[in-house]
Amino acid sequence: MLILVAFAVGEGALPIFSHEGFQFITGTDWNAVYGRESFGALPYIIGTLLSSAIAMAIGVPISLGIAIFVTEMAPHRISTPLSFVVELLAAVPSIIYGLWALFVFRFWIRDLIERPLYEHLSWIPFFDKTPFGLDIFTAGIVLSIMIIPIISSITREILRVVPNSQREAAYSLGATRWGTLRTAVFPYAKSGILGASFLGLGRAIGETILVTMIIGNAIGPAAIPTTLFSQGQSLASLIANEFNEAASDLHLSALIGLGAILLLLSMVINIGARLMVSRMVKAVPGGRE
Amino acid sequence: MSENTGKKERFHRREVQRAMVKNARKAKIIDKIVSIFAIACVILAVIPLTSILIEVIKNGIAAFNWDFFTGRPSAIGRAGGGIGPAIQGTLIVVGLATMIGAPIGILTGIYLSEFAGNGPFPNGVRFFNEVMTGLPSVVMGIVGYILIVLTLGSFSVWAGAFSLSLIMIPIVSRVTEETIKIIPNSIREAGHALGIPKWKITLFITFKSAISGVLTGVVLSIARIAGETAPLIMTILGTSLFFTGFNSPVDALPLRIWRLSSQPYESAQTQAWGAALFLIMLVLVLSVALRLLAQRRGFAVKAEI
Repeated sequence: MLILVAFAVGEGALPIFSHEGFQFITGTDWNAVYGRESFGALPYIIGTLLSSAIAMAIGVPISLGIAIFVTEMAPHRISTPLSFVVELLAAVPSIIYGLWALFVFRFWIRDLIERPLYEHLSWIPFFDKTPFGLDIFTAGIVLSIMIIPIISSITREILRVVPNSQREAAYSLGATRWGTLRTAVFPYAKSGILGASFLGLGRAIGETILVTMIIGNAIGPAAIPTTLFSQGQSLASLIANEFNEAASDLHLSALIGLGAILLLLSMVINIGARLMVSRMVKAVPGGRE
Repeated sequence: MSENTGKKERFHRREVQRAMVKNARKAKIIDKIVSIFAIACVILAVIPLTSILIEVIKNGIAAFNWDFFTGRPSAIGRAGGGIGPAIQGTLIVVGLATMIGAPIGILTGIYLSEFAGNGPFPNGVRFFNEVMTGLPSVVMGIVGYILIVLTLGSFSVWAGAFSLSLIMIPIVSRVTEETIKIIPNSIREAGHALGIPKWKITLFITFKSAISGVLTGVVLSIARIAGETAPLIMTILGTSLFFTGFNSPVDALPLRIWRLSSQPYESAQTQAWGAALFLIMLVLVLSVALRLLAQRRGFAVKAEI
């Protein structure tokens, strides 16, 4: 089935790669006008990577905190409903995150975070643009909200697999809870947590509709983000935006080519993540379930 | 002389003690900070969920009336109209996807757990299944477009259902495999002892004991695909008409929400919220009911991602 997927996408993307060659990946133009067609995917690759990086920078520490709270701190009475709620968050369709972000969250971000940053720190080039609310920064934050349930529920499973004897040994040496985590639990769970984060990253990179709604949808060289508050575009969101309006076969093929890049990117991430998680789970027989 | 060394030693010991106390205090403070951080993370994560639920319910209720559920969308910029075609389309496409995806997924799962063993081929299938679960849904949409839309020549229900079933199959097959694996071997052996052929044992004994777990997987994946938007854009396209045939475009709830939310009119946005409320109810009711059922029956629902 995977071969089928790869074959179909590869076949569809062939014309654009033969038309643009390597330029397709490094170019910045995006022009669909007949006769002057020129397609380059670089701005969207950057947009994808940047928004996902923001999402990871915010999402991973918070998910780790939640997982620690649920497995190591909270009594059973609190942790069960809490993990229930977090998993519900995972069940909410991304279109609803998008709707909420577009009509509600965007204004919180703009007024509470972006505007103060702009007013006080605009000498830092990152923040030097009048914030509008529909930009890479917002997209990154909403993506982080979306991947938190995923990362934290897998991290929770991983922390549970760490044998209790590890913890008891550390506690018996007089370590505090943090000491135990740092010296006995994390070294054990490191690769698993890394894998969980990569799974979250794969999700963030491929997320389409949510990003389409809030990233600002810039096109061409303008989509290369110069500040955090610039309008951007990701691979997936450009596909969603233009797929039904594709003017020519070449335009269509260019969009499918974006899909091929996306497929490759997420496949590499996913395979890496799965290998890491499965190594962790196999290496530790008999954890606490 | 000896007095002097004694003094020195005592002094040294006191220093060490002081350092230990200081270290312990520092460790305790760090411990407090980490605990507070963890709790703050939980609060931070719960805020968006509450906000989403409150906003969707508050704004969505306003759109609800009979016409909203049965009517067709009105012309752009006009008030009134409904999401009837979207509800119908979602039910048809998701139903069809389930009819394609569930049997294939279940059979793959049965094959992997009962017949395949541990050779390189089944392990490869397992591995690619896992990778498939993580692929972006928009890529599945492109596959549906290339394989079905281009072949048949028009956007169609078939293409949408095909794309969604591609998302569904890996989830279902994985859950099926894991549930069937839990069934104790003694049950199978009892069947073998009676001389029943293997396919009969698998179908009527093993699978029958695992059916509630398998159903869980199917429902979970239905909840997941019902909310998918991206693959539908390039397969079923979306229209404002009711269902006309399997070879023509239909509407779907996520698509309708997307279209409505991009219109600059307040009436359209209210309708988007209404449609979102309906969709969220559909998905949450499915998954909450499932989890409650699972808790009562005592089998575990693994978060399938």
